[in-house]
Formats: sequence, structure tokens, C-alpha cells
Amino acid sequence: MSKDNEIAVDIQNVTKMFGGFTALKGVSLDIRDNEFFTLLGPSGCGKTTLLRLIAGFEEISNGAILLYGQNIADLLPNKRPVNTVFQQYALFPHMNVTDNVMFGLLRLGQEKSKAINRVNEVLELVRLSDFADRMPSQLSGGQQQRVALARALAPSPKVLLLDEPLSALDLKLRQAVRLELQQIQVQTGITFIFVTHDQEEALTMSNRIAVLEGGRVQQVGSAREIYEAPENKFVADFIGETNLIDVNVSNLEAGKGSCILPGGEKITCSAARGARSGPGHLSVRPERIKISASSKSLLKGTAVRHIYLGTDLHIEVKLNTGGNVTVRMQNSTQIQIPDVGQSVGLDFDPSSARLLVD
Amino acid sequence: MANLPKTTSKGSAKTYDGLGIPLILPAWIIIGFFLVIPVAMMLVYSFLTKEFRGGVIWEFSIGAYDQFFFYRGLFGDSPPTIEWTYIGIFWRSIWQAGLATFFCLLIGFPTAWFIATRTGPNKTIWLFLITIPYWVNLLIRTISMKFLIRDNGPLNEFFLSLGLISEPLHIINTNFAVQLGLFYSYLPFMVLPIYAAVERYNFALSEAAADLYASQTVTLTQVILPTVKPGIIAGCILVFVPSLGAFLAPDLLGGAKNFMIGSLIEEQFKGAAGNWPFGAAASMILLSLVLIVLTFYARSQTKDQI
Amino acid sequence: MATKSLDLRHFTGFQPLTLLCLFLLYAPLIIVMIYSFNDSNSITRWNTISLRWYYDLFYGVDAPKFKTAAINSVSIAIMAAISATIIATMAATAMMRAGRFRGKSVSFALINLPLMVPEIVTAVATLIFFSAIGFTTGYLTILIAHIVFCIPFAYLPIAARMEGIEEVYEQAAQDLYATRFQAFRLILLPLMAPGIMSGFLLAFIISLDDFIITNFVKGAGVETLPTVIFGAVKQGIKPNIMAISTLLLVVSVGFVALSYFVGRIGEKANPTTTKKGE
Repeated sequence: MSKDNEIAVDIQNVTKMFGGFTALKGVSLDIRDNEFFTLLGPSGCGKTTLLRLIAGFEEISNGAILLYGQNIADLLPNKRPVNTVFQQYALFPHMNVTDNVMFGLLRLGQEKSKAINRVNEVLELVRLSDFADRMPSQLSGGQQQRVALARALAPSPKVLLLDEPLSALDLKLRQAVRLELQQIQVQTGITFIFVTHDQEEALTMSNRIAVLEGGRVQQVGSAREIYEAPENKFVADFIGETNLIDVNVSNLEAGKGSCILPGGEKITCSAARGARSGPGHLSVRPERIKISASSKSLLKGTAVRHIYLGTDLHIEVKLNTGGNVTVRMQNSTQIQIPDVGQSVGLDFDPSSARLLVD
Repeated sequence: MANLPKTTSKGSAKTYDGLGIPLILPAWIIIGFFLVIPVAMMLVYSFLTKEFRGGVIWEFSIGAYDQFFFYRGLFGDSPPTIEWTYIGIFWRSIWQAGLATFFCLLIGFPTAWFIATRTGPNKTIWLFLITIPYWVNLLIRTISMKFLIRDNGPLNEFFLSLGLISEPLHIINTNFAVQLGLFYSYLPFMVLPIYAAVERYNFALSEAAADLYASQTVTLTQVILPTVKPGIIAGCILVFVPSLGAFLAPDLLGGAKNFMIGSLIEEQFKGAAGNWPFGAAASMILLSLVLIVLTFYARSQTKDQI
Repeated sequence: MATKSLDLRHFTGFQPLTLLCLFLLYAPLIIVMIYSFNDSNSITRWNTISLRWYYDLFYGVDAPKFKTAAINSVSIAIMAAISATIIATMAATAMMRAGRFRGKSVSFALINLPLMVPEIVTAVATLIFFSAIGFTTGYLTILIAHIVFCIPFAYLPIAARMEGIEEVYEQAAQDLYATRFQAFRLILLPLMAPGIMSGFLLAFIISLDDFIITNFVKGAGVETLPTVIFGAVKQGIKPNIMAISTLLLVVSVGFVALSYFVGRIGEKANPTTTKKGE
């Protein structure tokens, strides 16, 4: 248990500038040993830059990165006990699978006869033993991805960095590889730092997630924490879908607050850190809202549109007080779906709503 | 947290950061020492006094440039008038080079276009065929041309046998022969850059033009030519600049009467009749002309990028 | 035929002009090739086919002269091409993989300077330089001059290839504990091989072809193939000149084919540009 609390990568107030552009603005993160940690954010949020700073491909402008207590700022990439799975894999095109995987081991001074055992071991781990003699160009995208993983795992790095490794794969394959990656992380006990812009990938795989935007960390937490208790509008909106309802906030204390809904109803729900009294936003997930015919509902409006999603349906409801709310319903024969133009009432459990900072 | 060492950033790190100067140094040394310094020295020589057995006397003089532009009588004491001989040679060179560029473009553009619009292995074969002459020794190509157009060469024999002419056409040692030689020498230089530009041309532009009621001629002049202009300009430079200073074509095909700059310069460094300062001065003037052309070229390139 | 009018790539007359272009380029060369097999002392009269003039080239009166010139030409071309290729490879690495350094923008112009200065001017400048420093012109001066103008020709294909190789391969190597030198030797250099080979071949041909600069800096007594051929032609075209021209032509064509296939094989074996995902 004590090992789990050891900090693998300690990112301290890191700033990175490219000429006049600031890619990272004072980012601080503690990534724990043996953790599957994900950096999540839209493109241009700085997540890949942070990864490249850890790997040593970029220089830090300000701040420090500690790897198991050691400041690595001045170390060249080849002196850092971290390995990277690159976005487009970067398999050496002139070397076969074995030589690619063995590359790091040989550079570390291992003898070829010993290194080959380790190569076979990791190729088995990624189920590619039969492809040891192939050239990268003779492999499918999924196989290349696994070779890249094997190559990075072979030297047993303390931390493995993965830069959107699944983005080049098609959807079906991506889902299978997710599980596999997670298993390998558990099996090897290596700290994984995973970069993605895909929230589903982040939610399904990670122990913890850091959401980045505009070069800053917006929130760090488990998948559940980030989805259920977003700290701000960006996180609520970026992770999953949400309805942001204009409300008037009052009585803020101890992570709770009261608010008056547009229809005049008053509810008490959880509030994000930094939420203020006065006009604010209430985030309610579409699947937490129930449609009823009751006239005592928290919100009232008219169904204006159905959006068919296969397993689910989205019903867009125009509130009587203005503004739209989306409700997600299961596409089931047992549930009655309101017709377009029909007046509806909307209800939700106040504990599943959250008051946000702008 | 705050007392950790700061590192300042130079932006994105490159693999061989900091090794730039040692890696570029050999190129600097070789080109600097054996081309930049020589050109500077040539400039110095153009302001020295000529030595009658070839070579120079280290005495400042603008005699070389004076001789180039002014005539001062047989003994150098008459009032100066403009000396047209050398200006005439330069003018002829510019005219010949310009004409060669024009003809190369006239035939080079359709060729480049035709090859670039072929598909599959056909294209490779066409391209291969057009590349080969580019690699064949210029001297050998010029000799071939000389052989072909001699008074009693295969071309005249062919025309005579057909009865098209009753006596051999006198082509060799004329301005026309020089023109033919320049055209023949530098034609591949026109085709290849235009080919590269047409390769990058997006044919959706032609489709859009046709969709908007443009005829093929209008599409060519209003859409295609402006789009591939950088390639055309590059091709023109690659023909014009070497034509201007050409030596082989005028020397082997033009004979003594059809001098161009190249032959004029060469003559100044041959044996006792030479005049090194004058040759250096003529070279400087040629170099200045070329640099003016290249500057215009660089300007047009940067303008196109905006 | 009916679809031709719909083909926007088609322009009437372009194909005949292309054929004319090729005809103009090849006709003189082919005629010289044909006449090189003419068994006649006269270059005008056609006799019968023979290899007489090729025999004359290797065993005739002028054979020693041609042989020495050929040895000079080839040895200079090999040494100049090797030196230029090494210098150009280093320069390309500096320009594309070493970030910013003092004088980088000047360097680009400097590398291409030999292409911009007219050959005759380079020739004059080089002659003046060697004469001013009192260096006897000869084999060595030819070699030095050739290295200078071969550099940009070697640089072009090498730089083009390096530009096509993503830097991520070297980063991956460094990530896997390779030093920068190892990343260069084990990754960049093998991936660069086709570009380096074409750079070398181009430099070799350019050196082999040069006449003007060589003619200025060769000094007395040292001849290369182009200068010896030029000297002979000045006294009139003899059949043996056509034979040696044909041989050189065949060598050139062989080199184009070689560099072409080297490029193709290299591209196939090591496709270095990955398809972009997403």
C-alpha cells in the first residue's frame, strides 16, 4: 500500500513557451507509482507538450519535473528511464520487429544473447511472437501499435508514456486494445501516462485523469469524480454531455449550495469549489432528467425535437422560461416518448446536479 | 518548489541541437575559402594593371572597366567615346539567352504538361526519357549538334537527298547555330521545374473553371499558368542564367564572329594575348547581371508566398 | 477518342510538341551514336558498320592520351563526389536537425552559391585565386574546384530526403537510450542511404561532365576527358571522338538508371512518411 502512494512523476509549476506562445501555464501534477494516469483535453491544450517534456524532447521554460525524486530537467532523453509509445509508432522502418524491440536493450549495454530473451518475453506479452522477423511495413496498424508498445516496454522503464497510441486505429480495434493496454499495465506494474483527446478512452482506462485546457490543469480525479463532480463549466461540458441551466445561487457552504431554478423552484445541491452567490450555472446530465406529465415538475417546457441515436433518444425540450434542455432516454418500447409539440415536465434528483464556476 | 533550478528554453528541441556549427563548418570552409575569397580576389584583380605576359601588376587602375565602356583612340589620348564592342557582346549574349529562354519555354511547357498528366508506368517512361539528356555531358551534346549541322553534315545531306535544297544550308558559325545550341543545351532545365509545378497542380481548379463556363484556352491562361508560375519562373532562370555565361555553344557552334560573354572572358586568360584585369572586370559585370536577375527571382518568390 | 474533349488535362498540340521536344533532344545524340560505328576515315561518307573506331580508342595512337584523361576524370569524380557527399550530409544535418545556430540563414545561400555564380565566373575566380597564392595549377586544383561545385548538387537530394524523414525516428531512438551519435549512425544514416546515394551519383556525373572550370584550373599537362575531347574537336571532329562520345553517353544513361533504381528501392524498403491517422 505504501508503494501506491509513492510519487512517480512530480510536475512542479511547469511552464512551456514556444517563442511567444505559452503552451503550458504553471502546471503542477503528482503522478503516483503504478498508476494508469491520463492527460485528457482537446487538441492544443498542452497535453502532448507535457508528455514531451517528461520524455525530454522539449526543454522546460520554467518549473521542474522530478522522476522518483530526481530532477530530470537537464537529462537528455536517452538518460531518462522513461519510454514512449509514439502517436504514429515511429517504428524504425529499416529494422524488423526483433531489432526494433531489441534496440533499447542494446543501447543499455545488454548482450544480444540476453536481450533476445527479453524480446521474446515482451513479444509474447503483446502476442506477436509469430511476427518477430517481419518488417514494420508488413504489419497491420494494430500489430504496429503492439510492436511500438513492446519496444517501449522491453527496457522495463519506470514510466511509460503513451501519446495518443490508439488514434490511428479504427473503432473496433481501438476498443479491444483499450482492455489489452489496461491489462498490460496491471501485469507489468509500470506507471502509464496516457495522452488522449478521447474522453471515452480516458474514462474507461484510467485510475486518474487530469483534464487540461488552455495550458492549465482544470481538474484531477478519478473517472467518476470528473464525470459526477466537475469543477467547472469546461470540464462538465468536455466530459460527456451536460445541460447548463441559468440559476440564482445562494447559501453556499461546505460544498453545498441552494439555487433558484428558472421556474422559481428552489433546490439544494452540491457546488464546485469557488462557486459564488448570484447568477450561476447548474449542470445536469441529460440521462439524469426524467420526463413526466406532472405539473409539479422542477422545470416545464415543450418537446421540440427528437434525435435518434440507436440505443438512446435525445429529446430537446424548450423551457417555458427560454433556453433548451436535452433529455436522454433509453430507446425502449416500454417508455413513453413525448411527441413534438407536447408540453412536458422535467424532474431530476438534486443530488445529481452540480453548481459550477463559470 | 520555487527554489528549484530554472532552465531557459530555446523553443522546440532538435536532435542535434548545438552541433549546427561544427556540422556546417566544412561546407563554410570549402565554399568560403575556394569560392567566396576567389570571387573577392577577382574583384580586386579587376582593379589592377595588366601584365603583358598574362597576369597582373599590383597597381590600382580602373583601366579594365574604362576599356570595357570607353574608346580613347589608338594611343589612348583621344576624347573618350562609348566603346560599343564589349557592350555589343554583352547585349548579344542577353538577347541570345533571352531568345533561348523563350523557345525553351515555348516547347518546354507543353512537354512538361503532357508528361505530368500521363498516368501509371507511362509517366515514368516519359519522365525517364526527358531526364536522360539532362545527365548527358554538355560537351558531347554540343559536339553532336556541331556534327549534325555542319555544311556537309547529316542534316544537309538529308535535305539534299530529299531535294529540298540544291546546295548545303550554311548553319554552322552563325548566330542561329548558337541559338540552336543554347536551346538544345538548356531545354531539359526548363522542362523539369515546370513538370514539378504541374505535378502539384490541383486539377479540381480546372474542373472549377470549366464548371464556371471557361474554355480550355481561358483555363490555361487564367488558371493554370498563374498557378504554375513559380515553376515557369524557376525554369526560365535555369535556362537564362547559364545561357548568359555559356561558353561551349558559342565557341563550338558560333565561331569567331558570334562571340558571347563566355568566349570573351575565356580569351582574356589564354596565353600572352590575355588581359587578366579586363577578364576579371568582364566577369564581375556578368556576375552583377546574374545577381540582378536572381534578386528579381527571389523577390517574385517571396511575393508569391504571401 | 470521344472522351478526349471532356479531358481537362488535354490540350491539342501538346503531344506533338512533346514528341518534337524529345526528337530534338535525341536526334543529334542518336546520329552520333550511329556514325561512331562507321568504318570510314571520313566522318561524312558512310561505309560499313564496324567497331574500328572503338578499337582505335583503346589501341590507336591517341589511346594513351585518352586513357590518362579517363583515369584523371574518374579518380577526380570519385574523390570530389565522396568529399562533396560527406560535406553535404553534414551540412544537411546542421540545416535540418540542429535547430538554430549563428549564420544559419547565410549558410543556405552559401551552400547554393556555386549554383548561382556562372560557371565561367567561378572558373576565372578560381584561376585568379590559385595564381595569386602561388599554387601550381594541376590535378589538385581541379579536385578542389570540383569539390566546391559538387557540394550543392550533392546537397539537393540529401536535403530532400532528410526533409522526408520525420524527426520522430531519432527521438524514438534517443528515448530508447541511444546517444545522439548512435541515433545518427543507427537510424538517420540508414534511412538517408538512398538520398546520399543519389547525391553521390549526381555529384559524380557533374564532376565527370565539367569542362569550363577544369579548362581554367587544369594547368599544363593534366587533362580530363572533356578537356581532351574539346582539344581534339578544335582540330575537327574525327570518328574516334564519336566513339568516345558514345561511350560517355552510355555511362551517363547507366548512371541515370542506377540512381533511379536506387531511389525506387530505397523508397520501397524504408517508407519513412507514415500516413496521418485521425
